[in-house]
Amino acid sequence: MQRRKFIRNTVLGTTASILATDFVFSETMPKGYEPLEFQDPDPYRLFEKDEGMTILNDKPWNIEAKAHLLDDKITPNKYMFIRNNGIIPKNIEASKWGLTIDGESARKTKSFTLQELKTKFKQYTYLLTLECGGNGRSEFNPPAKGNQWTVGAVSCAAWTGVRLKDVLEDVGVKSDAVYIGYHAVDTHLSGDPDKEPISRGVPIYKALQEETLLAFKMNGKDIPLAHGYPLRLVAGGWPASASGKWINRISIRNIEHDGTKMKAPAYRVPCKPVAPGEKVKDEDMCIIESMPVKSLITFPKSGAMLKQEKGLHIRGHAWAGELEVKAVEYSIDFGATWKSCNLGKPKNRLAWQHFGAEIIFPKKGYYEVWARATDVNNRSQPMLVPGWNPKGYLNNACHRIAVKIK
Amino acid sequence: MNNPEFFKKIKSVYNTVVLFFILIMVFAAGLMYKVINPSFLSFNRETTQESYSNVEDFNAMEDGIHVKTGFKNDKDLPLVIASCTPCHSAKLVTQNRATKDGWISIIRWMQDTQNLWDLGEHEAPIISYLAKYYGPEDKGRREVLTNIEWYDLED
Repeated sequence: MQRRKFIRNTVLGTTASILATDFVFSETMPKGYEPLEFQDPDPYRLFEKDEGMTILNDKPWNIEAKAHLLDDKITPNKYMFIRNNGIIPKNIEASKWGLTIDGESARKTKSFTLQELKTKFKQYTYLLTLECGGNGRSEFNPPAKGNQWTVGAVSCAAWTGVRLKDVLEDVGVKSDAVYIGYHAVDTHLSGDPDKEPISRGVPIYKALQEETLLAFKMNGKDIPLAHGYPLRLVAGGWPASASGKWINRISIRNIEHDGTKMKAPAYRVPCKPVAPGEKVKDEDMCIIESMPVKSLITFPKSGAMLKQEKGLHIRGHAWAGELEVKAVEYSIDFGATWKSCNLGKPKNRLAWQHFGAEIIFPKKGYYEVWARATDVNNRSQPMLVPGWNPKGYLNNACHRIAVKIK
Repeated sequence: MNNPEFFKKIKSVYNTVVLFFILIMVFAAGLMYKVINPSFLSFNRETTQESYSNVEDFNAMEDGIHVKTGFKNDKDLPLVIASCTPCHSAKLVTQNRATKDGWISIIRWMQDTQNLWDLGEHEAPIISYLAKYYGPEDKGRREVLTNIEWYDLED
């Protein structure tokens, strides 16, 4: 014990002397903690991401796209954002992977191998929009704690797997089931093996939707490690944290799941609107379910300069959580007038939709092209940052790009 | 008594013994660290332990920014690095903005739920550092677009 302490202090003392100060290490720091993490593997190579992606955080890894990188109709891995709460697991052996279904509202506890899941149940492929609940957090004022996502924590990939519904029904769901909660093998940042970095879930009605998948393929290939290889949950249209990665257990609960990051204030917003900066009690925070209507102009990249006679073709995607998008409009005069865009139907429920428009500019000068989507319930995106909330979720304010006409 | 040859010999033996002891100490320290920290010096790309292969590299400052972490330089920087980077990246700190009270509540949350230890006498300087360099600015309801990279759109 004493010797360990000596070594720890020596090592830390070295750090301090490197930084050339009279740093005396705190005796209160528990053993087993390393002061720094200075390895820097190339994350772009490690995760096969495009170099245009922004690294927000490297422990845990959090990486986002930029609007123009999301131009593909189906998001390829290289442009897909990474959001982690803990440490990505290592040494995964898919051949030994299993999934256990248990919980108070499961008729029995039953385990499946990954191979059994693939062969026993029918496979489906859906395009599913996954957006981080905190996408757009960087715009909140006063600022909200956490990764400062701008616009790029959203994707729509083709996910292949089996329906969670089929697996749950095979095990048997009791009539008192209210929620499912996932458990996974990622590890807590502190290294504490008793802590789960995240264990969230969805109400039983969402778990039983046809599009809610236990997925093992993304865009036709094995899911990349950072996105949940070899098995993950995909619950499109909800905060992506509901779609657990590296999962090995799903509990059918007779209560709202109480795993890590299910409780306030995580992934919750005030049940009633609050003033910016207001303190909100835990019991007054409500779980985020479907994500709000939103859109992104993915072409051209912001900063385009063009001649007036040419006109400008814009395009992008729009999505609305559980709902379909009814209309997308654009404005080049800061919302004074809006014109309609062409809008396609979603490939399947919960897939994003594509919009486009040809814009003629009346005279030379600086413009901003703003896009505004409206869902089937007639809710539109606000031009201003919407209701402030303590954790900075659900910023669905209109996206805009800068354009100069020469 | 005044035999210079004898003294020279003694000195040379003494130097050898001292050097030998230093080498043993260094080796033993390394070995002990390796026992506690098995990945030390294993040069694994995925390693999560620190290694200081290049002191200058570690120490580098550019425009008042500590290159390795991205933290603003300050006399209390070593306290901040030692307390705020064992579990998560410095990037999680430098991308956030909060008032003094805000930083205190973030620290309390980490102590209550994330296994952050009692920072003791270091808490006050750490909070001052964070509030000084990473305090909030009023952004209003929607900011003007900045850092636009202008380019000619072809076709």
